[in-house]
Amino acid sequence: MTAQDAVIWAHGLTKRFGKVHALTGVDLVVPPGSCYGLLGPNGAGKTTAIRVFATITSPDGGEVRVAGYDVVREAQQVRHQIGLAGQYAAVDEDLTGWENLYIFGRLFRLGRRKARQRADELLDEFALSHAAHRLVTTYSGGMRRRLDLIASMIISPKVLFLDEPTAGLDPRSRLQIWDTVRALVDGGTTVLLTTQYLEEADLLADQIAVIDAGTIVARGTPRDLKARIGSRVDVVLQPAQDLTEAAAALTTIAANNTEPDVDPDRRTISIAVAANAITLPEVVRHLDTSGIEVLDVGIRHPSLDEVFLRLTGHQGLTPAPTDLEASHHR
Amino acid sequence: MTQTLPRASTLASGLADGVTVMNRNLRKLRHKPGQIIAELTVPVMMVLLFGYIFGSAIAIDGGDNYIEYLMPGLLVMGAALGALSTLTAIARDNSLGVMDRLRSMPMARWAVTFGQTAATLLIGIVGLVVMSAVGLIFGWRAHNGIGPTLGAFGLILLFYYAVSWLGALLGSLVDTEETATRLMTLALPIVMISNVFVPTAGMPKALQVVADWNPVSAAVTACRDLFGNPGVPFGDTTWPIANPVLATVGSALVILAICIPLAVMRFQKNAD
Repeated sequence: MTAQDAVIWAHGLTKRFGKVHALTGVDLVVPPGSCYGLLGPNGAGKTTAIRVFATITSPDGGEVRVAGYDVVREAQQVRHQIGLAGQYAAVDEDLTGWENLYIFGRLFRLGRRKARQRADELLDEFALSHAAHRLVTTYSGGMRRRLDLIASMIISPKVLFLDEPTAGLDPRSRLQIWDTVRALVDGGTTVLLTTQYLEEADLLADQIAVIDAGTIVARGTPRDLKARIGSRVDVVLQPAQDLTEAAAALTTIAANNTEPDVDPDRRTISIAVAANAITLPEVVRHLDTSGIEVLDVGIRHPSLDEVFLRLTGHQGLTPAPTDLEASHHR
Repeated sequence: MTQTLPRASTLASGLADGVTVMNRNLRKLRHKPGQIIAELTVPVMMVLLFGYIFGSAIAIDGGDNYIEYLMPGLLVMGAALGALSTLTAIARDNSLGVMDRLRSMPMARWAVTFGQTAATLLIGIVGLVVMSAVGLIFGWRAHNGIGPTLGAFGLILLFYYAVSWLGALLGSLVDTEETATRLMTLALPIVMISNVFVPTAGMPKALQVVADWNPVSAAVTACRDLFGNPGVPFGDTTWPIANPVLATVGSALVILAICIPLAVMRFQKNAD
């Protein structure tokens, strides 16, 4: 895909803040109509990348094109094509939800009537009309984030940047945001999404780039990335079954003849297999012909957490929160 | 790929953006009736407090009516302090994510600060009218006719506008809203080291030099002169006090010339 066809195209993007190298040569190609996930821990450079793409901050090096325009030389053209929503819900707390949308609409150069119409429409569509004329200070974290997301959709942007759109949200609000993002992508919007939640990237993104310490360490579909790690076959043996004999039989299906993990106390054996190399019935048949007696058997696919650990060599990712308070960002 | 060509960011659309930002700031005020009440009661309190509590103990040469001496000072002081509200307003916008959203939008870059200061100026005009009305009730008068009186008000508003840009620049430099609020408290002593309440002649020499060169003093002297109120010194004075109108216009223009480009640049720069 060329720089012209891609909706977001970055080549050798670098950005420094004083002595801190936030981005150290990022290459990224996002095809139109896709949802692209930028996955990485805090401080990996995700937000900096989004800020460069959204023309808020200029890159120090490299070339970046968004919607076909150069983010430095043609920033104003880029701004007509993009929407931005983020973890810091960039809405005005001292105004009502409706006023926020109206003012942003006017600043997108919509006429008065059109801006009014659009504000009503969006609040209605995203189930916020009951709170339209309340000050944003009275909104819950989820409502605020939804308003922020809506505000980025006023002009139906070609490209939408979502910087950790569900960070700190309760599970129900996260589901609402996910539904909205899916609907947008189905409607043809290209979405670039940063997240540190594996589940989110796995569910929403067609393509994922894993970013660590300012550079992209891996990219591919969620399936590709998981395939790099492979799967595991876990068996629980019958009390009478000999452990060593079972381990030897299982080694024959292991990827690259890796040694199985044997837990004599719990009488379980776990072995690594290549991703999608073997199906459950095949495992069962193999055990059967080898005369291994098992209580339970299963194939476990890796989580992106394990993928990330393998790719970066460190555990950087936060598990999805289940009981986090609704965000109050200040 | 079909493209609708974006409209060039012309002066007219930039002005429209500025008006929208101004509208936004005025709407914010509407949601804070407490702040409106405060804006309206502060002038009354200031005239009562300074005019009658301090005034009873302050004797001024060339006039036994302290309110006549005080009012030009209070009008300028109220303008200086009111205009600095841009400091906290801009700092607050920066601390929330709103500024980042504005930076990602196709609006004119300079419109944000211009809109903010325009809204502040409108509020300032209301404040000036209220304060003058309170002064009139308590016996203050302008004696030189319509022209010089309007001239004095124009001077106060020019001074006000310059200070609001100074506030906008400072607001874009501080890191948090809290720092901005703390910085605001410094403004009162700076404004008071002047001839707002008492003539500078009685001050210690060093303080007198500072007070005489304080642009606030020049603005106050110019207003006293134009309103025909007492307290304009004769004879041997410093240049700004001898040429108060020129000094006020000059200092306001210098502040504007420095602060406008820097504040607008900061709007871009802050992103890094």
